[in-house]
Amino acid sequence: MTYKLQFAELLPYWDVLLHGLIFTIVLTIVSTIGGIAVGTAGAAARTFGPKWLDPIVAAYVEIIRNTPFIVQLFFIFFGLPAAGVKLSETAAAFLAMVVNLGAYSTEIIRAGIEAVPKGHLEAAESLAMTRMQILRHVVLKQAFQKIYPALASQIIIVMLGSAVVSQISAEDLTYAANYIQSRNFRAFEVYLVVALLYLLLAIAARAVLRGIGRVIFPKA
Amino acid sequence: MSLVSIKDVRKSFGSVEVLKGVSIEVGRGDVVAIIGKSGSGKSTLLRCINGLETYDAGCISVDGIDVGKTRGNLRDLRRNVGMVFQQFNLFPHLTAAENVMLAPKVVNRESAHITKALAKETLAKVGLSDKADSYPSQLSGGQQQRVAIARALAMRPNVLLCDEITSALDPELVSEVLRVVERLASDGMTLILVTHEMRFARDVGTKLVFMHQGKVHEEGPPKPLFASPGTPELAQFIGMQH
Amino acid sequence: MNDFSFWVILSNLLLATRWTVLLSLVAFVCGGAVGLALLFARVSKIRWLDTATRAYIEFFQGTPLLMQLFLFFFGVALLGIEVSPWLAASLALTFWTSAFLAEIWRGCVESLPKGQWEAAETLALSYIEQMRYVILPQALRIAIPPTVGFSVQVIKGTALASIIGFVDLTKAGTMLNNATFRPFLVYSLVALIYFALCYPLSWYAHRLERQFNVAR
Repeated sequence: MTYKLQFAELLPYWDVLLHGLIFTIVLTIVSTIGGIAVGTAGAAARTFGPKWLDPIVAAYVEIIRNTPFIVQLFFIFFGLPAAGVKLSETAAAFLAMVVNLGAYSTEIIRAGIEAVPKGHLEAAESLAMTRMQILRHVVLKQAFQKIYPALASQIIIVMLGSAVVSQISAEDLTYAANYIQSRNFRAFEVYLVVALLYLLLAIAARAVLRGIGRVIFPKA
Repeated sequence: MSLVSIKDVRKSFGSVEVLKGVSIEVGRGDVVAIIGKSGSGKSTLLRCINGLETYDAGCISVDGIDVGKTRGNLRDLRRNVGMVFQQFNLFPHLTAAENVMLAPKVVNRESAHITKALAKETLAKVGLSDKADSYPSQLSGGQQQRVAIARALAMRPNVLLCDEITSALDPELVSEVLRVVERLASDGMTLILVTHEMRFARDVGTKLVFMHQGKVHEEGPPKPLFASPGTPELAQFIGMQH
Repeated sequence: MNDFSFWVILSNLLLATRWTVLLSLVAFVCGGAVGLALLFARVSKIRWLDTATRAYIEFFQGTPLLMQLFLFFFGVALLGIEVSPWLAASLALTFWTSAFLAEIWRGCVESLPKGQWEAAETLALSYIEQMRYVILPQALRIAIPPTVGFSVQVIKGTALASIIGFVDLTKAGTMLNNATFRPFLVYSLVALIYFALCYPLSWYAHRLERQFNVAR
């Protein structure tokens, strides 16, 4: 028996797909901003902060990097309510994404900070700058310039990983796919189309990030 | 009263004592050239003057400010003490003008038009008015070092420390940097230089300090010292350089 | 609630961990083999082969692993073959792993000086021989740390197989949670077991990388 692929049966559900697509895009943008903020704070704490903070941040980074995202998500959505913190599906999805990207970007940004030559720090010190001023004006920009490509690819990885939030019924693109295939029973077609949508999203995100990089870091 | 006063300063790295009681007085407008073999402690001494290195004993003061161990003190001190490094250490993500304007802007909180004027003035002083918008990577080593000098000057320091500022340059680029320093000297800037340029030390310096094994071995006006060294070590060192 | 003591939960999770480990090994070993073939195709000078490999890698790196699992799970069934979650997960993870390993290894191969290829070529070695005797032995050394590092991603990736019904550590966690209503404990233990699997590998990869940097 040969199976005929029927993509036309997806058309009535275009609005569901669009809704999911927008959710995934917003989720990615918000968690990128939040994750980089967390990562910057974490990296600054590890390199410029007080000593006692270092092992705490290091533990956060290692725990997140060495456990699956889906387990982190389940822990936040199912586990935290038992400890008194109750979150909606959407809030849990956003929180899990920020926590996850935050850990990876802490590590990436820290590597960037550590790659700034010691002489630059001494030059800044000689100009009477405080530690915070040195971090902000001399170190961070240089560090970000260096690690921007690594950060950009991590953002894409996290975006693709976000498909998992459908498992707690956050209404992202994958959730839309699950919904549609449960209605029209065309699982393969639906997942193929949605996979290609993700691919387009990844390609677009890469282009956008490259563009942003060109604007913030003009060729030095 | 001297501008920079170094009294019996001692410093060890682990079990190695690199400064064994160094004392130097630097007056306003002096151009002090510190010479000596590598490992004689001259760079360490220079880095102690603006607190990049701590010292174990003795006392250093600049313009009456003690280079103590408290941080607030250090910041006041560094506003008045400029430093230029062997490896330039320009900030690669900033243009030449932005490098110059950074510290006046964030440390002294100067307004935008003052910092712009400062950049213009200091870059003109080092002969690089046309390179204001260039990034360090687009400049030659000599040009980078001149920007680094302008960056230090923009804080209007009372004294400028120069740590082997021509050692990382190709030979043909050395003179453009030395000319800038010479002009600063003739404008009355107080300079302390660690250098290997013997001719420069002799012609531009007002005081020569020869360091040997962590101590000031000989000091005095450069020309007579070069003409007739008082110790065999200095004689040998000068001989070696030619 | 006391029928499910801490030890019952833990022992059930540990039993399920076997399947996580097994799936990880299968994905890593098979993915490595496919990845090596992709590497040969990717750095060969045959244009169409390179383009095809690139498209393959782009697809598996540019789409969610979860979508790939769904596609294999539902797609193979369309061919009239009965697919178990185990087979679908092994296939998807193998292909996903192969794409990433091929790219990692390509980076290592391309970091070798061009002169190595040229020297090998002037010695009249064939393409396969150039790879076999000159390029791969050198690239292998550089490739070990990132490869070990990626094995962590593979282990974490297998957690997604639970979604198509493969009873691994994550799925066992979900089932135990449904039976015991102790999500905080169950998911903490699940996370801890994954951490115990992954962290030694992360640590080892990091150490190898540092050793390598020092040696250079």
